[in-house]
Amino acid sequence: MTGPADAALLAAVAIGSVRGSAALGVARWPRRSPRAAILLWQALGLAGGLAAVGALIEIGVPPGATSVAGGVARVASTAASGRLFPPGQPVLPVFLRLVSLVMGLALLTQLCSVLVASSAMVIRARRRQRALLALLAHGDPKAPGALVVDYPAAAAYCLPGLRSPRIVVSVGALDLLRPAELAAVLAHERAHLRERHDLVVLPFTALRRAFGWSRICADAHQSVALLIEMLADDRALRARPARALAGALARFGTAGCAENAPAGALAVSGAAHEGDMAARVTRIMTPAPPLTYAVRLAIWCAATVIVLVPVAILLLPNLAPAGAGQHGPSRAAGSARHGSPGAVRPGA
Amino acid sequence: MAGSSPLPVGKVASVNRLGDLERAIMDVLWGTGTSLTVREVSAQLTERDLAHTTVMTVLDRLAKKGFARRERDGRAWRYRPAATREAYVTELMLTALEQTGDRSAALARFAKSVSGAEASVLRGALDEIEGDGGG
Repeated sequence: MTGPADAALLAAVAIGSVRGSAALGVARWPRRSPRAAILLWQALGLAGGLAAVGALIEIGVPPGATSVAGGVARVASTAASGRLFPPGQPVLPVFLRLVSLVMGLALLTQLCSVLVASSAMVIRARRRQRALLALLAHGDPKAPGALVVDYPAAAAYCLPGLRSPRIVVSVGALDLLRPAELAAVLAHERAHLRERHDLVVLPFTALRRAFGWSRICADAHQSVALLIEMLADDRALRARPARALAGALARFGTAGCAENAPAGALAVSGAAHEGDMAARVTRIMTPAPPLTYAVRLAIWCAATVIVLVPVAILLLPNLAPAGAGQHGPSRAAGSARHGSPGAVRPGA
Repeated sequence: MAGSSPLPVGKVASVNRLGDLERAIMDVLWGTGTSLTVREVSAQLTERDLAHTTVMTVLDRLAKKGFARRERDGRAWRYRPAATREAYVTELMLTALEQTGDRSAALARFAKSVSGAEASVLRGALDEIEGDGGG
């Protein structure tokens, strides 16, 4: 079902996602249960994108179209036959509808293409990283399982990949960290690799790249990047003492060191935004209890609903009340009747 | 790392060997100031029994990958590294930052990784960690 009601509902979902993201960005609870919070971020991002695209397209398709795709196809066919502006009808509403439709499709295209472009960029960067590492990196008994690069500043990151995931540490990091701290750093990086955190961050990086002007996108990316680091911290803490990991982070931060993550890599210290490192160290040293199981379950359910609502509006043909549903076929039939003379006209 | 699981012999092993050879040959090129012929590179490799064509193939691969440059010298090719080892190390550590999209922010982060206030929080944590750790 398409129509103003659905468009309004989708617009509400889109606005709700933006509001929700803003609230989630400043909330304190996410660092207690990073995984649940990341899931909510993903749901808000997906729902927001779907709803924004969907609302614009819903406004853009002619009234009475039975589905969004059908409506778009109908506009395309009328455009192809050169009858976008039917004679005798006011031009402005049709024009505004078209503008909305084009904006919706453009947004959809941009969202998809930026994701593809970001992935391609990451893949290229990783390939180059691997080629360079093959020539430059060496093993070191101090860092078992990691590649060591002769670089004076302290840096540690991982290079995710299906075939050969790698952890890279600089000589500067080996010099800076004590053995227990280094082991904690390696455990942190292994968690990134094992759980493919790079794939979680990727869409948010892409969004930020596409909408650099958007505060929400920047905040979302920053929040998710920090939560991913906290998640890896938690995993590392299963096997390593808190003091070792916190000590490593504090040393990374205070060494004034270059802690950087090459493209497509996750750094042990992550993106160092104002206070992120301190937030992680504080969290490790004085941990708050994770959210209860019930609360986390509620978050999971909320995330599912947030995504399902726009999907349902867009996919289910008849979400509107029965009365409106009865209009649908007759209006569609009417427009089909409208269509047939037009199809004959070129021949006439 | 490599020793954790036995590698299937054959393809993987030969790929690794080729990789090792690329590395060894780049080390030779980086180690000398001038450009070298295939024969000169072979002479400097610790593994002496390599076929001339093997070394030539690897140098060719390195040139194709852009790590080595080659120029004609009479009837032979002479090879030299496209950039210094240090330049590649720097690229390895920095590329990413340049590709993250907001280069200025990335570089600023590089120069000054944490703010003054944050640094003092971290130093405090470090003191505490080292204080009760007895060393």
